[in-house]
Amino acid sequence: MVERTGIAADEGPAARAGYEDPPPRMGFFTDTSVCIGCKACEVACKEWNLVPEDGLDLTGMSYDNTGMLSASTWRHVAFIEQAIPPGQASLPFTDTPTGPSGTTDSALAAARASGTTSLGMPTIGPPADDLLAPSADREGVRWLMASDVCKHCTSAACLDVCPTGSLFRTEFGTVVVQEDICNGCGYCIPACPYGVIDQRKDDGRAWKCTLCYDRIGDGQQPACATACPTESIQYGPLDELRERAAARTQQLHDAGVPEARLYGEDPDDGVGGAGAFFLLLDEPEVYGLPPDPVVTTRDLPAMWKRAGLAAAGMAAAAVVAFVGASS
Amino acid sequence: MEPRASQAPVWSAGSGSGSGSGGGGRRRRRGGGAGGGEELQVPPAEFASYYGRPVLKAPVWKDDIPAYLFTGGLAAGSSLLAAGGDATGRPALRRAGRLTSFGALLASTYFLVHDLGRPERFHHMLRIAKPTSPMSVGTWILAVYGPAAGLAAVSEAAGLLPSRGLLGLVRRVLPGLGSLGGVAAALTAPALASYTAVLVADTAVPAWHEAHPQLPVVFTGSALAAGAGAALIAVPPAQAGPARRAAVTGAVAELAATHVVEHRLGLASEAYTTGEPARLLSAARALTAGGALGAVVGRRSHLLSAVSGAALLAGSLATRFGIYRAGVASAKDPKYTVVPQRERLAAREAAAANGTPAP
Amino acid sequence: MAEAHPVGFQWVMEAKARGAKVIHVDPRFTRTSAVADEYVAIRAGTDIAFLGGVIKYVLDNELDFREYVVAYTNASHLISEDFVDSEDLDGLFSGFDAEGRTYDESSWQYAHQEEQGSGSEDTKQRAQAAGGEHESHGTTVARRVEKDPTLQHPRCVYQVLKRHYARYTPEMVERVCGIPPAQFEEVCRAWTQNSGRERTTALVYSVGWTQHSTGVQYIRAGAILQLLLGNMGRPGGGILALRGHASIQGSTDVPTLFNLLPGYLPMPHAHTHGSLQEWIDSIRPPNQKGFWGDAGAYAVSLLKSYWGDAATAENDYGYDWVPRIDGDHGTYAQVLDMIDGKIKGYFLLGQNPAVGSAHGRAQRLGMANLDWLVVRDLFEIESATFWRDSPEVETGEIVPEECRTEVFLLPAASHVEKEGTFTQTQRMLQWREQAVEPKDDCRSELWFFYHLGRMLRERLASSDDPRDAGLRSLTWDYPVHGEHDEPSAEAVLKEINGVDVATGEPLSSYTELAADGSTASGCWIYCGVYADGVNQAARRKPGSEQDWVAAEWGWVWPSNRRILYNRASADPDGKPWSERKAYVWWDAEQGRWTGHDIPDFQATKPPDYDPPEDAVGPDALSGRDPFIMQGDGKGWLFAPRGLVDGPMPTHYEAAESPFRNLLYGQQSNPTRLVYERGDNPMNPSPPERHHEVFPFVFTTSRLTEHHTAGGMSRYLPYLSELQPEMFMEVSPEMARLRGLEHLGWAHVITARSAIEARVLVTDRLTPLRVDGRVVHQVWFPYHWGVGGTGLTRGDSANDVIGISLDANVQIQDSKVGTCDVQPGRRPRGPALREFVAEYVERSQAPGEHQRVVTARLAESDGRHAGSNGSGSNGSGGDDARGNDEGSD
Repeated sequence: MVERTGIAADEGPAARAGYEDPPPRMGFFTDTSVCIGCKACEVACKEWNLVPEDGLDLTGMSYDNTGMLSASTWRHVAFIEQAIPPGQASLPFTDTPTGPSGTTDSALAAARASGTTSLGMPTIGPPADDLLAPSADREGVRWLMASDVCKHCTSAACLDVCPTGSLFRTEFGTVVVQEDICNGCGYCIPACPYGVIDQRKDDGRAWKCTLCYDRIGDGQQPACATACPTESIQYGPLDELRERAAARTQQLHDAGVPEARLYGEDPDDGVGGAGAFFLLLDEPEVYGLPPDPVVTTRDLPAMWKRAGLAAAGMAAAAVVAFVGASS
Repeated sequence: MEPRASQAPVWSAGSGSGSGSGGGGRRRRRGGGAGGGEELQVPPAEFASYYGRPVLKAPVWKDDIPAYLFTGGLAAGSSLLAAGGDATGRPALRRAGRLTSFGALLASTYFLVHDLGRPERFHHMLRIAKPTSPMSVGTWILAVYGPAAGLAAVSEAAGLLPSRGLLGLVRRVLPGLGSLGGVAAALTAPALASYTAVLVADTAVPAWHEAHPQLPVVFTGSALAAGAGAALIAVPPAQAGPARRAAVTGAVAELAATHVVEHRLGLASEAYTTGEPARLLSAARALTAGGALGAVVGRRSHLLSAVSGAALLAGSLATRFGIYRAGVASAKDPKYTVVPQRERLAAREAAAANGTPAP
Repeated sequence: MAEAHPVGFQWVMEAKARGAKVIHVDPRFTRTSAVADEYVAIRAGTDIAFLGGVIKYVLDNELDFREYVVAYTNASHLISEDFVDSEDLDGLFSGFDAEGRTYDESSWQYAHQEEQGSGSEDTKQRAQAAGGEHESHGTTVARRVEKDPTLQHPRCVYQVLKRHYARYTPEMVERVCGIPPAQFEEVCRAWTQNSGRERTTALVYSVGWTQHSTGVQYIRAGAILQLLLGNMGRPGGGILALRGHASIQGSTDVPTLFNLLPGYLPMPHAHTHGSLQEWIDSIRPPNQKGFWGDAGAYAVSLLKSYWGDAATAENDYGYDWVPRIDGDHGTYAQVLDMIDGKIKGYFLLGQNPAVGSAHGRAQRLGMANLDWLVVRDLFEIESATFWRDSPEVETGEIVPEECRTEVFLLPAASHVEKEGTFTQTQRMLQWREQAVEPKDDCRSELWFFYHLGRMLRERLASSDDPRDAGLRSLTWDYPVHGEHDEPSAEAVLKEINGVDVATGEPLSSYTELAADGSTASGCWIYCGVYADGVNQAARRKPGSEQDWVAAEWGWVWPSNRRILYNRASADPDGKPWSERKAYVWWDAEQGRWTGHDIPDFQATKPPDYDPPEDAVGPDALSGRDPFIMQGDGKGWLFAPRGLVDGPMPTHYEAAESPFRNLLYGQQSNPTRLVYERGDNPMNPSPPERHHEVFPFVFTTSRLTEHHTAGGMSRYLPYLSELQPEMFMEVSPEMARLRGLEHLGWAHVITARSAIEARVLVTDRLTPLRVDGRVVHQVWFPYHWGVGGTGLTRGDSANDVIGISLDANVQIQDSKVGTCDVQPGRRPRGPALREFVAEYVERSQAPGEHQRVVTARLAESDGRHAGSNGSGSNGSGGDDARGNDEGSD
């Protein structure tokens, strides 16, 4: 097993941050199996937190015209259209002609849009006779939707590397940016293993989900959880949410959905467990989530050691350069 | 057209996890197109992503940061040579080193403040000292190094002061103070040159984080070579001996460590050996090697030395930009994030399977 | 439902979590399909073939709730010997008049009651679109209807129904709808297995289901199934329409429809309703049974609420002051009248026809031909700016400098800025408090109409012109408050509820209404919402503090009954069908109906009650007649009257379809309203020639992210960014067929216009194999419009849709049509009209329409077809000046 982040499961991040008997750690459990992609979470979040509009761009990524979490998008609903592998097609799809995956095309377009390297995807060719008919081997289509959000990690790299103390741990165990402190050094941005926090260009500072610190302090739910019509987004004490999640996963497995799995709920994972975790129906990377994120500062001691050796070497090299020098 | 059957996507059996074409980022040959699709620019690696979008946010830093990586190193290297020159009676080397480091220090400060999203809040860096934040550590290193290097540089102006009166007094104490400052600067210089390696490595950026064992060597070597390069330009051959030796050691260290980064980091190395980073780093290799060679060969000619010095400076600059760009590229392509993490998971599962601890 | 009603969909998800199976039937894989257990892809516009198949499945396997069906529906009633089914007339029913394309309903009546239907107003006023007036007014039924409780008689409704759907086999369903038999059977099984004594199934549809040239019959087919399965009047059953906006139910109860007055009383007709008595008798023939028998009380009370003391027995309670209709004044007939210069002024309140109504070009050309137009909306919508930036300005058909329409744009208050009620699909009125004061000049509709009326009355105060008497005599005395003199919404609600004229006390039930002028009520079905002087709609007792019926949340018409016709929840003897589904029942000791809900029945009428010979009104219904608004108290599997296009739902192809009707020679609904004129050309359908010019099927609907014509969403950044551009969805096969690129441009062409959109290639759209042929379906949303001041704009889906309406209620046929799709952007400027004209030319769209094509009527049809040859140029500014050639 990889080295642990050395976090005692019993001790919460708030307590470790120095709060004396803090309230229970609060978080999100996002059950993507009941998400209907209405995006109410995105809108409610922006309404409450006064987050500015994030651009009017048609991305071609199914119904996701938001793209990803950013400084001006703190909730992001991902839409994934995929073909169902043979044998997995549930009855709705038996005998139903569907056809080659449209996602190939959308991936191409999206790749173009986001300027990433070629995906090795085919382009759409000219009409071919055999394509006029529904293709015989067309599998069923599955449409996954998932509302992503800041994970509020137990060991939060963004918080660790913040040089100004702008990012801090709240009594609820969540991670929040103080906009009056942040000077826009941008260090937290590449530090986040999930690509959550980002800099708002015209503003210069870093922004991300606060888990509605200004609402939960008053015993209210975060805006997104309040707006979610199907309780895909559940807010509450993390321990409670983990129990609920385990039960839900078991329920889905019993119902013949073996692909249901939890993501980010394990306190032994690379970030010591996420404060916002998910029930997914496919691999994390399919949703744009890293499969095995690790808080970068876990290796920091080793890095300082290496740096120290290198520094010593440099000094030594300098001394040697002068020792016994004739000219 | 090939029959579609031959173009069906590769599914991993069972849970459908393998079907994670997700947004379709999975690199795979898919049919349906005329002639079965466009040519692949990279060998197909089976992995899924969300429409090929990056998992991580690439650094939002401007070119100020790679530029600072260079100037910071240059300052450090120069301070070391200056102190040596001071100690071994090489006034030209001392003076060149002190002035170079001071100039580089001023440039560094400018770059660091200018890169901030809110430059007017640069002093917020001084609110706290935080060992888990290399940037905070670096801030305090600069806070110590800066004044020292400044004092050393200012002391070089002693000769310009009148010999009488209060200023005359200053003229007499300044060199001593300068030497003190020079020593202090030299003592913090290695830290200044190496912490920046941790600064970039302590991120989720795959190419940087994976290279965390080597980057400190690359950076310190590059710093020493840069400092030596500056000296070779400004110092007559008679006093440049240490600079030459420093140039050679620095260059060798830098080239060796960079070689490891480029070839021993698995997929992460690809970020250094493709595209613009690759071009920058091979340029750096040529310049640095050439510069070191020239420094030795041209030891009698100031002109040749100066040219070699310029090559070393340019080489160091190219190295910093090359490594910086490689990191950004690795953050922008989900491949660098997903594939290694997948391999890690697979290894762990395998290990769990046969009950042995994972690597 | 997840797409258009995400908030309501939470209950579907909750049911699913409790083990319910969710089946989604839709031409396209939507957000609902994504979470459904079963997705059934159906060819747009073939729902009756599908539902008819389910009905056949129920009848063949005798899965109907037999006791319920025999006792509570007209299954056992015998139909007239004159009745001839569509099976024998190749898609037409007996009584069809090919010239007027109307039915004489006399042959549809119960045996020996043919006179009931002959010359019924449905037929006479069919052309005047008054059929809708009779939607729920039942029928007079003579004492003895011949019945066969064994349901064996060949002319009993049960057998007639069985025969009518005999050919709607799974194989036929597959051929017509493109649904595989295995999957179809799965649906049938699920539906029937969840119905009966112990279980009930609710049928919930969204109004898109109605937007077909046979829309009303779609709902009828659903109703027949629910009756056969015993799902009406019982908890967990029923048919619920999810409306397109808040309180659309309310806007039909207290109507915004041209042919209805509050409480579904018909609008008087100038020619046939000369006197109050004539009018009332048209609603309620003298010996009417059921609650419509009291129509006189409802009507007079309405007039009393309009004119108060000025309404007296002597002046027929002011009946002569009620405006009359003399024809089809539906929204589409009106817009064509505007084009023809027959209408001078127009009010638009929260409506954006320039984008949201079918045939957008006609809508805009019509508005451009008005003298004045009043637009009250939250933003400066396309319907307010059409004169300066509509597509017709680009084509040169509207010249801003010359457009004569004077537009008055008045800012409206939003729903949180005003108080009032919303009435939702369960007929529940819920009171809405005002949260904030409207900004600047924004005002509520109530404010607008009250003060408009006040000013008009002031202007006419001294007028002695008789035509002003009605306006001058109106009761217009609502208390006002606030700095802007906002009228009291509660006072209006109280007036709608009704009062005892003598005491001024609020009434508590419509049963208290009288025809002698002693009571006043603005809407008889709402009587009771202000019972005891309390705003019952404002009740908000949490569900946790009351039983599962939650009778103390809001108020449901009529009389706060949560479930209509709930007498049917008990068996003929008055006992619950099952303990699990017990709702209301007969309590012998107390001698009254009781239960969880308010009985929708005369409270003390015992189950064994049989009406005396001479009884009329409610008393004429037996103790076993739950459907109390019907003349015979029965649920109608077969509708002797009330529908102008047939007593039973019958599959017709959509007005525009690439397929021949596989069931009958008759291609499409023969009675549908078609406005054949140069500016409303239709695409040809088989057997007409050139239909292949428009080879694809399109269907339109909503996105979760936007609201209808975009007036409330495209103007908001947080919503616009979620769906920032007009797009169309096509299957990968269709993309390859037409060379469409993902995210590239393509344009859709019909005989009306061509619109462009970005392309989304997706598996969620699938080509269907129909009768051996492949049909490609294209889908696009209708939220975008050209012009206006929205943050995101685009071509409007409604521009490609023609005006072709359901004959019963004049709803447009906007959910399915044929089109061509081409890659790239559409031609711009005048070239657009030439481009479309060229298509019209090639398709010969107008002129040779064969609405009636059965062998039997081919001749008369041929004659008819010849009559409208002209007007094939669907283009040019002529239309703007009104070109009524060929208009029916």
